Amino acid sequence: MIKDGKKKVWDDYQKEIADDKFYYVRSCIRQTIWPGSENIYLRILKDVLGKDIYESENHTTCTGIGYHSEVVPFETIQTVVARNFSLMKEAGYENYNPSCVTSFGIYTEILETWHHFPDEKKKVINFLKQATNRDFVEPKNLAHTSDVLFKFRNEIAAKAKYKLINKETGKPLKVVDHIGCHYAKMFPNKGVGGAEYPQVLAGLVETFGGEVIDYPERRHCCGFGFRQYLVKANRGYSISASKKKFESMEPFKPDFIITNCPGCNYFMDRWQYALAEMEHKTYGENGYGIPVLTYEEVAGLVLGFDPWEMGMQMHQVDVEPLLKKIGVEYDPSKKFKGANGEDLPLPEKPNHINFSV
Amino acid sequence: MVDFGYAPLEIKIHDLDKANLTLGEWIAERDETFKHCIACGSCTATCTAGKFTAFSFREMCHSIRRGELMEAITESEKCMLCGKCILACPRNVNTRNIVKLVRKANQNFRV
Amino acid sequence: MGKEVAIIGGGVAGLEAANQLATLGYNVIIFEKKGQPGGNAAKWDRLFPNRRHTSEVVNSLKSRLNGNPSIMLSTAISSVTKSGNRFVLATKGKNFEADAILLATGFELFPAEKKEEYGYGIYENVITSAELEEMFAKHGKPVMKNGSTPSKIAFIHCVGSRDEKVNKPYCSKVCCVTAVKQAIEVKEAIPAAEVYSLYMDLRMFGPGYEDLYKEAQQIGINFIRGRLSEASELDGGRVQIKTEDTLSSRPLKMSVDMVVLMVGMSPALGTIELISGLGLKPNKDGFVAVADYHLNPIGTGVEGVFVAGACSGPSNITDSVNAARSAAIEIHKYLSK
Repeated sequence: MIKDGKKKVWDDYQKEIADDKFYYVRSCIRQTIWPGSENIYLRILKDVLGKDIYESENHTTCTGIGYHSEVVPFETIQTVVARNFSLMKEAGYENYNPSCVTSFGIYTEILETWHHFPDEKKKVINFLKQATNRDFVEPKNLAHTSDVLFKFRNEIAAKAKYKLINKETGKPLKVVDHIGCHYAKMFPNKGVGGAEYPQVLAGLVETFGGEVIDYPERRHCCGFGFRQYLVKANRGYSISASKKKFESMEPFKPDFIITNCPGCNYFMDRWQYALAEMEHKTYGENGYGIPVLTYEEVAGLVLGFDPWEMGMQMHQVDVEPLLKKIGVEYDPSKKFKGANGEDLPLPEKPNHINFSV
Repeated sequence: MVDFGYAPLEIKIHDLDKANLTLGEWIAERDETFKHCIACGSCTATCTAGKFTAFSFREMCHSIRRGELMEAITESEKCMLCGKCILACPRNVNTRNIVKLVRKANQNFRV
Repeated sequence: MGKEVAIIGGGVAGLEAANQLATLGYNVIIFEKKGQPGGNAAKWDRLFPNRRHTSEVVNSLKSRLNGNPSIMLSTAISSVTKSGNRFVLATKGKNFEADAILLATGFELFPAEKKEEYGYGIYENVITSAELEEMFAKHGKPVMKNGSTPSKIAFIHCVGSRDEKVNKPYCSKVCCVTAVKQAIEVKEAIPAAEVYSLYMDLRMFGPGYEDLYKEAQQIGINFIRGRLSEASELDGGRVQIKTEDTLSSRPLKMSVDMVVLMVGMSPALGTIELISGLGLKPNKDGFVAVADYHLNPIGTGVEGVFVAGACSGPSNITDSVNAARSAAIEIHKYLSK
């Protein structure tokens, strides 16, 4: 790997990311499957970085899942997006900050469509007016939440309690960065570092002391790919895609995977369990899987947030070996305690992948 | 039926005099990039579905050009419409749109 | 006679035209922006189809540079203007005048890093065809970044040619036969090596080219009909490549020690700016547009300005020498009017 060559590509793909006053928009699925991440993001922005970030209780899904599975027509999704923009205008914000990569792709695609086909926008202005009597303006800045953490990576690192370093060996942790397809593959200049050698997560990992590993299938889809998953009969595609990636990264012995997309997080985590149960194969060390973390969790961990407060016990692949490697202080007995100390139901122990309950 | 121990063989040749080439024309009228393919295979090389099943966009287009409509239509159903091939095509063929057109044409051209 | 001809570019076309025009009695001066004459050819070790050393050809072309024609090295022309029947050529320090101009600015190799997915400049053992020539000149064989000898090499055709994604829709014409030549040379230098060629079409248009292709088949080069979709680096600097094996209709992947990108010909930088001062426009591929593709491929839209060699489109050395000679005749006709 020629490091300077990669830096040159990174320099070619830098995007504008707002500095403050963010209008935050949630992902449909993250609050269920990764409940702590969005919360931690808001806490990092407000409490650690002192930024103004606002979310409206009235905002909705972008309908991206429906759009990509062809049940929501383009006109409909454009109008829903326009309504979300209208709420932002009403709240007095200009910097749109979605938490989901699919949404980020949808917003990017629609803004590009309006740019190249102004008649589409005229149609949507009309639809929104008829349906809701609302007006909207396009955001001044559109940045995914991982873009924002990338922008403030040095500020976060300056306040960090831990580094992405193996406490025992003193060596940087080896990290697989996986970028959601809809982040930059459609519009490479809208993603930090472009589509082929994205910098957005690699930058975070390197700033926090870790080392990004490059493996042959790094560009490949995580396995979510709406059509591969939504219909049960197609799920073989989904799990095969993930398996292909795990097999390709396994020889590099990654300590964890970091992703910036709700779907990628979910599938790379859950399919490791399914593959272990189907094929009795695990891809991590000592019968464990490779932990899959969100960028918010990674930032939260180095800042010293409690892993259980961040919801990391909800992972299918156990994160405890990773926490021990980094040397995070945590209380194993609180893994399945709720926010008020109450007992949460214990998960069933899987048969072929280690998970400490 | 008398069993002679042999029988006339089915003719496997592409007979362009008899081939039904209307689907290709119908698609090209709606998306002329259909005509631009140079059969380089970049689409299939990058195809997510094609890694796990025998799906080839290039072959599908070729079936249409040879009038093998059922092959093309069956083939089109294997695509997951992810659009990766659009990024790889050196001739800017609007691959995803062509798959969608083949599916749309399915009703009209079913033999 | 004593009339003056200025030639912009001291590559094959410029040198050959200069020699011819000097023989016809003109005062010829070549302006070469690089520090040495010979253009892109000077960087090449051996030529197709007969693997003759390029230096033989370039030295022969250079051998007459003693007074007339003369050459100004490291001298870039910033603008050319016409006033009456004379032309003024501006360089950094000084202006020159001439009665006729020959554009022979040649080509640049396609910057392979633009095909980001191929990893040039990022992966250690992804090199260009030009770098392979340098290796042949220096070591007599390809050498990996870590100094070892590769045992599996893949040639990738059409990098920056026939590719609308990088705005290079045209065929660069010479890369197919160059790849076949280089593949044979690799096999000769490292007989145990496995050599692959990933092609879309093999355009063997010139005399001896098809023979070279057959020779490559005989020597055991493996031809795979498919275009590279993406490359990834493996541990130790090896490279995994993916294509469709279009003849079996299945995706194919393989790992190799070295990937050679057959970079195409792009218009030389600065030529468009140069000709726009004369009111000339490039053709749709960005090369200098010629007056009449069939009947006047040497003329431009401006009287007294002529063009030869790869600055009007991909050419091999024979094309450039032919074009240079016709340019000499056309310039002679123009100046004898």
